[in-house]
Amino acid sequence: MTPISLKVNGTVHTVDVDPETPLLYVLSDELHLRGPKFGCGLAQCGACTVMIRGQAVRSCVMPVGAVKEDEVTTLEGLGTPEHPHAIQQAFIDEQAAQCGFCLSGVILTAKALLDKNPKASEEEIRQELSNVLCRCFTHTRMMRAIKRYQGVRV
Amino acid sequence: MTNGFSRRDFLKASGALVVSFSAASLLDPIASAQGPFDTHQSHVDPKKLDSWLAVANDGTVTAYTGKCDLGQGMYTVQTQLVAEELAVALDKVKMIQCDTAVTPDQGTTSGSQSTPTNFNSANLAQAAATAREALIAMAAQKLGVPADQLTVENGVVTAKGGSHVSYGELIGGKHFDLPVSATAKRRAPAEWKILGKPVPSMDRVALMTGTFEFVHNVHVAGMVHGRVVRPTESGATVSSVDEKSVQQIPGLIKVVVKNNFVGVVAEKQWQAARAAKELKVTWKPGEGLPSQEGFYDQIRKQPSRDLMLVNSSDLDAKLKAAAHVLHATYTHPYQAHGSIGSSCAVADVQADHATVWSATQSAYPTRHSVSVLTSLPLDNVRVIFVRGSGCYGLNAADPVSYDAALLSQAVRRPVRVQLTRHDEFISENYGAACVIEQRAGVDASGAITAWDCETWAVTYGGRPGYDKPGNVMTGMLAGHEPETVTPRAAVEPTGELRNGSNAVPSYVAGCISGKCGGAGVIRSERVLTHAVKSPFFTGPLRSPLRLQNTFAHEGFMDEICAQIKADPVAHRLRHLSEPRMIDVVKAAAKAAKWETRPSPKPGNIRTGIVLGRGIACVAYEGDNGYAAVVAEVEVDQASGRVQPKRFFVGHDCGPISNPAGLRNQIEGGLLQGTSRAMGEEITWDDRKVTSIDWRSYHTLDLSFELPTIEIVLIDRPAVKATGAGETTITLAAAALGNAIFDATGARLREVPFTPDRIKAALTVRG
Repeated sequence: MTPISLKVNGTVHTVDVDPETPLLYVLSDELHLRGPKFGCGLAQCGACTVMIRGQAVRSCVMPVGAVKEDEVTTLEGLGTPEHPHAIQQAFIDEQAAQCGFCLSGVILTAKALLDKNPKASEEEIRQELSNVLCRCFTHTRMMRAIKRYQGVRV
Repeated sequence: MTNGFSRRDFLKASGALVVSFSAASLLDPIASAQGPFDTHQSHVDPKKLDSWLAVANDGTVTAYTGKCDLGQGMYTVQTQLVAEELAVALDKVKMIQCDTAVTPDQGTTSGSQSTPTNFNSANLAQAAATAREALIAMAAQKLGVPADQLTVENGVVTAKGGSHVSYGELIGGKHFDLPVSATAKRRAPAEWKILGKPVPSMDRVALMTGTFEFVHNVHVAGMVHGRVVRPTESGATVSSVDEKSVQQIPGLIKVVVKNNFVGVVAEKQWQAARAAKELKVTWKPGEGLPSQEGFYDQIRKQPSRDLMLVNSSDLDAKLKAAAHVLHATYTHPYQAHGSIGSSCAVADVQADHATVWSATQSAYPTRHSVSVLTSLPLDNVRVIFVRGSGCYGLNAADPVSYDAALLSQAVRRPVRVQLTRHDEFISENYGAACVIEQRAGVDASGAITAWDCETWAVTYGGRPGYDKPGNVMTGMLAGHEPETVTPRAAVEPTGELRNGSNAVPSYVAGCISGKCGGAGVIRSERVLTHAVKSPFFTGPLRSPLRLQNTFAHEGFMDEICAQIKADPVAHRLRHLSEPRMIDVVKAAAKAAKWETRPSPKPGNIRTGIVLGRGIACVAYEGDNGYAAVVAEVEVDQASGRVQPKRFFVGHDCGPISNPAGLRNQIEGGLLQGTSRAMGEEITWDDRKVTSIDWRSYHTLDLSFELPTIEIVLIDRPAVKATGAGETTITLAAAALGNAIFDATGARLREVPFTPDRIKAALTVRG
């Protein structure tokens, strides 16, 4: 166990854990965040996605000790229920969920891409979302929501 | 109830209303066998209005339901139901779902039964209607105005003269002390202001902003973390466990072994994960597994439990007289629920009571199982439903709930168990593998004169229900017997036609002793089913057996059409008698601008990329929803790759409670069905399952090029509401297979339609 300082969604926390602990476990168990979720633990599905340095990162395979000074943003760090981020609002407007367990992967992966490449083509968006899973198959609505966000973003 | 949970205590503690409560009647699991349209006798008496509804002083309504939201929208649509019947605004209703301390026992949320159960003439709907009539009667007395001169809006009863009284003033904080009335009048669909409207799912803002609480997010004071160690091979048993192998792991609390159930508990999740990985367990190998190659032939030779669903006893003669006789065998693999979130549960088992936070579809049955597993009195066990990731049936939510209970009991602390992806894939009850053999006779005019169907479906375990915890992996490992097949010969059918698994094709008349319950016209008919012991646990997976059977029926109907060069829509219509089926077929065909002609598509060449279309239809469970799907596909004959381009759906589920939720279910079902048709298959070697992650079990990810989906909803206000969550998934494989045939002339009789299988079918096409 080692005290580790971690900046998440604008707040610095100190947690006393093994530095090898996956970041996801720290976010879920120590900080009680609900956005990133355990899907596979193998970086194969996206449910645990967070943003670090503008990149979508799979927190289930990233040791917390590797985060260092970088700020971690989770789904709940984008916006609030009262003031959702524009991409969250687009998903709300398109009713783009059923069970909703996969949303960190879908929303944060799409956001990271469009922040870098606002004019990404549909093909580029789809490519970026390969290895992001939604088992309720809300795919159609999610793609509409991403395009809606792309539209309001530019 | 000194040590247990009373509804009164719960309601006090949660700040909700005190509602009447009749204490502790132990359930007899045999006497209370589950009926799909009923509630169980439980300590929350479903006959009492107060068991379903309570009105607070401020007029807000709390409703208690035994049908829970699994991501399919039941929270929202049940809120609409209560708001509509009580004439209050949506935001004045709060639903409490599936908590054995407070909600009526409505069995399992499954099988497209929630809407039929709670939206027709019983249960939640009838309770709300009873409450409204009671409130109007109270208002009539209070205002001194006859009831028929009162109107209700937004929870206020108003007389013609303008005098008014609110629900809060009439009953706020008090019991109704009334039975649920069987005759209370439901609001007619024509009067609906809230039901029938496209209300977006009420959880969506919380979901999108990461604030929704899943069972994975439950934290209980003092909670520690458990992991399980499953047998490395199918059927293996514990020989020895070397506890020393994990002694060095910091935070380790206990290694738990109970028969063949093995788990670890540690202070932190990472420590538990490490301990589970490093624990040295010596397993005694099981019997081994039958070869996957040849498995379909093998299951046809096993002893079986047989059921004759319909038999006109003239098949042989009719087939002999037929101008053409067709014969084909369809096969469907085991498939996984493959929930995106590996299952999780939290349990707090103390010396005299237990609480389990579970994503189970079956709160009350799970309460029974946990009572059996922990040897605690039933009344002292409480199961609280907290949503997990979408389950689509019996995923590993039940076994992980048992895992948590067993581990918590061993350490007397609240334990959270998170399954790994590998655990999930080997712990769940798969959708059944099936073989379906079809024979049909056609006369010179093309009319189908006889249809003979024989099916083999594997089964082992299943829903634990109220007395079979061994039906899922954890219960079996802990020493409880799973249900298995007792071979039994079929007897001739009697009574009403039973078509709950859609084993009976839509085109036969379904006649038993002169009474016909089928959707079609073919009078010479036989359907014989065989249940065969499975080497793996099986259980309901979205559209259980209905999907497999429909794939075979609708593919075979298409083969008949091709044989006699008939148009697949026209020939279906010729053999259907059920008007609701006829209407959905026509609706889908019209939307697709269906061109009347036989398949395969004239002019398609045998190389390169070709287009085709196909149709499939179903009367789900015989009478629980009607749907037809037209699929249009592009097939690359060089690579064997299939790209669905467009889907057209005709859909009838009676009066539509929430078209927004309905469309979401139809779309999701269609694409989930597409994924299952195109890539999903459980695989195994001679000792173990080998599809254990998302590299070895193939689902369509978000990079999938999406087909368009056009939906025609047929609203039928005058009939009973049916289910709608499993209609289109039932049709995807059939419609896609038929479209591939139309494009290429190659018939696919085995799911999934992998590129290799498609290429193989192309080489043998006629």
